[in-house]
Amino acid sequence: MRAADAGEFMSDAEHPTDDGVSSDDEFEPIQVFPEAEEMDLRPGADNCYKCSTCDTNCPVAEVDDEFPGPKFQGPEQWRLKRQDDHDIDDSVMKCSNCMRCDSACPSEVPLSQMHNTARGEYVDEHMNTLSREYIRNRILANYRRLAPLAAAFPRTANFVMGLSVTQWLGEKTLGITGEREFPEFATETFREWWTKRGGNATSKQRAQEARAERGGATDEAKRIAYFHGCYSNYNTPEVAKALVRVYEHFGYEVMVPEQSCSGTPMFANGMLEDARRAAETNVRELAAALEEGADIIASCSSCSMSIRQEYPELFDFEGTDDVAANTWDAVEYLRVHEDLEGELEGTSLEDESFAYHAPCHSRNQGLDGQTIEVLGAIDGIDAHDVGDSCSGISGTYGWKEENYETSMKIGEEMFEHMDDAPAETGLTECPTCSMQMEHGTGYEIKHTLEIIAAALVGTDLETDHDHQQAR
Amino acid sequence: MAIEDDVLVIGGGLAGATAALAAAEQDVQVRLITHKQSTLRHASGLIDVLGYTPEGDGPLVDPFDALADLPDGHPYERVGAEAVREALSFFDDVAGEAYAGAHTDANALVPTHGGTVKPTARYPASTAAGLASDDRDALLVGFETLPDFEAPLAGAHLEAAGVPFSARGVTLSFPGIVRDDAKVTRYAHLLDQNESVSTGAGETGAREALAAAVEAHLEDESRVGFPAILGDDHAAEVRADLADALGVDVFEVPMGPPSLPGLRLEDLLYEALEDAGVRVTSGVPVVEYETGADGDRIDHVVVDRTGSKLPHRADQYVLATGGLVGKGVRSERERVYEPLFDCHVPHAADRYDWFVDDVFGDQPYARFGLRVDRELRPLTADDEPEFSNLRAAGAVLSGYDFAAEKSGGGVSLATGYVAGTRAGEEGGE
Repeated sequence: MRAADAGEFMSDAEHPTDDGVSSDDEFEPIQVFPEAEEMDLRPGADNCYKCSTCDTNCPVAEVDDEFPGPKFQGPEQWRLKRQDDHDIDDSVMKCSNCMRCDSACPSEVPLSQMHNTARGEYVDEHMNTLSREYIRNRILANYRRLAPLAAAFPRTANFVMGLSVTQWLGEKTLGITGEREFPEFATETFREWWTKRGGNATSKQRAQEARAERGGATDEAKRIAYFHGCYSNYNTPEVAKALVRVYEHFGYEVMVPEQSCSGTPMFANGMLEDARRAAETNVRELAAALEEGADIIASCSSCSMSIRQEYPELFDFEGTDDVAANTWDAVEYLRVHEDLEGELEGTSLEDESFAYHAPCHSRNQGLDGQTIEVLGAIDGIDAHDVGDSCSGISGTYGWKEENYETSMKIGEEMFEHMDDAPAETGLTECPTCSMQMEHGTGYEIKHTLEIIAAALVGTDLETDHDHQQAR
Repeated sequence: MAIEDDVLVIGGGLAGATAALAAAEQDVQVRLITHKQSTLRHASGLIDVLGYTPEGDGPLVDPFDALADLPDGHPYERVGAEAVREALSFFDDVAGEAYAGAHTDANALVPTHGGTVKPTARYPASTAAGLASDDRDALLVGFETLPDFEAPLAGAHLEAAGVPFSARGVTLSFPGIVRDDAKVTRYAHLLDQNESVSTGAGETGAREALAAAVEAHLEDESRVGFPAILGDDHAAEVRADLADALGVDVFEVPMGPPSLPGLRLEDLLYEALEDAGVRVTSGVPVVEYETGADGDRIDHVVVDRTGSKLPHRADQYVLATGGLVGKGVRSERERVYEPLFDCHVPHAADRYDWFVDDVFGDQPYARFGLRVDRELRPLTADDEPEFSNLRAAGAVLSGYDFAAEKSGGGVSLATGYVAGTRAGEEGGE
């Protein structure tokens, strides 16, 4: 390690070499290069000292030795493409964007940022926009554009999507694996429910009632803007409803601003222009909510990851940094701003055990231990962490015919550990991890907020006027 | 409100994990926060105590004989020899059968991937059959796609170093690996899952295929050494299967980074943390702190979550953020500093005095770090504790050159154990 010490110490990119300059002379560093106008990844690339820790974290490289790993996809590819004779290597499309390499790097190399930009460049410059792969990826990345149609006719959509002929067609014509079952669309979206329930005005009233009951000042402004994302709107509105009930229980008025997809599937498919458009809408709407005194709350770990990390790394709309810095994971926010664990102490639910999987994008946000810690306060609930392996689906990645096998190989370890855990129900915060968990084990999968809502306000969803009961 | 615990350990390497485990023994709520994954992934997985004296004498037969003569300020001198023994025995309990070497005070001599011999106090069970003091002949097996271990060279180097056996090296192709720079985790995964691979003899499990490839080269050696890629989650099983198939003992030669024995040690420690009820938060840095009214105690620290500030409060704190590699100690043109609490780091004012020209010479920077009292509390330039409830452990400490002394693991264990135990005792009051 001695040589590594010396290298790290002497060649830090921030410090120009000054060999030959006598230590007695006053040294005035001068600006040699003009200020970068575009994103400059050079300092990041120069920070890599090739320890390969990122490679040992890559779930894809572990099962597929044709994938050269994050060290190549990041700093090495970045350097190679400075030369005119090197294009982006097509293997960048095999990266699943789990972003594990980010928290692996001991040397501050922005790996996922490099992967996102390389993938974007590859798709822009080297992918035929008429190719089956491009069209398929664009459809997967823009799931939100199709979802409203399916949600308008959910029963028909669920029926058609469930047909084996649809799956066969999907695989043959588009390269979407026929091995998976499409997620079901809810018969009522969250936003439909929300509007029917009376929107923000109803939430405001409920929050005031809750504050009065809790003995707090009723005019105190406690307000959040909920970024529900696509999945809890169209597919699992019960998660979104649980969030609303939990926050209203603590006296928060919930706002549900206009929003687009968080961009996660677009980054993963190198559709940076689509992501930019979505992000622009989200930053504008969420910045407006901040103006109104709301903090931003997300229930999906990839949505919060995207807003918090990828937006500031890739875009610079007015307010991007402010939005990123004020976006929170739903459970984390309550831990910091309320006494969530104290509130949960003494609650009890019918005995149930869960096999909990922390999504990669939760891990990257320092949230990996949170669910187990918080649920530990509820009597009757027993949550078992199934370890740090990746589920393998990584959003749209595992939906692609060519990635299906890799995705299931990566997931093998998680399936084994879920099987070993003394539980028959799964638990996670990521919608696609949840699909993979269900696909690999057949378990029903829940979201942490559903358990917290059940403990705090009960499970009888239709009579949630009684939201103060159950304690 | 802040997220509260009794003891907060900052840093997730060997020192931090040991400190958290030791504190948890005192029946207090402990949290460990680690920014990046620990540098255990860079580590050989060997737990050395002292291989050479600070003057360069060695390899030492018995590290404990040399502890009394260490200079003032050396971490072992700070905690005392008895604490070093207690910490090792604490580690032995945590590691169980995964590690060997507890039967003696004497250093074991473990062959490395370069064909040198490293004196160490504890070693993974996977390297046990490879010790250089063992006089059985050894076949070393390297792989064409794994340039980090050149088996014939390592064998020749070992023989030149005077080991009491013959060490022959061969280079084979690894069944199932096609890519020149496949990751070490790929080799391990193939063997862990015993994936099906194609060989000249058809489809077979990776373990059988590897054994068959080696068997053709085995002469009368009674042990075979592989680079340390023999499985991850199921390493013992992989080794046993290979030994059965070959009819000889099988051992691993520790490798440079990234290192599977280091990864396995990390897994072992983090499982122990989970069992001990230690809460682990990873992937986020601690960036600031606030003191209480008197300025003498740390009231809480602040974790940065891409801009959001999360307060964490504890009664006692342990700083185990590593040295220059782990970034627990950093430098800029004018100074060397500890970035979180800005604890005093003694160093020469002129940066040209931070190093000597001989790369492998006695480098001053190798000893940069925090000076501590016997309670392991970091000291100011005036010899006063920086804070009454902060202790430091591991490579963030000054006064030793772990690379030259071969003392990195032992110092992390001993200081982590002492800092964690004291923090646990005081945090529970």
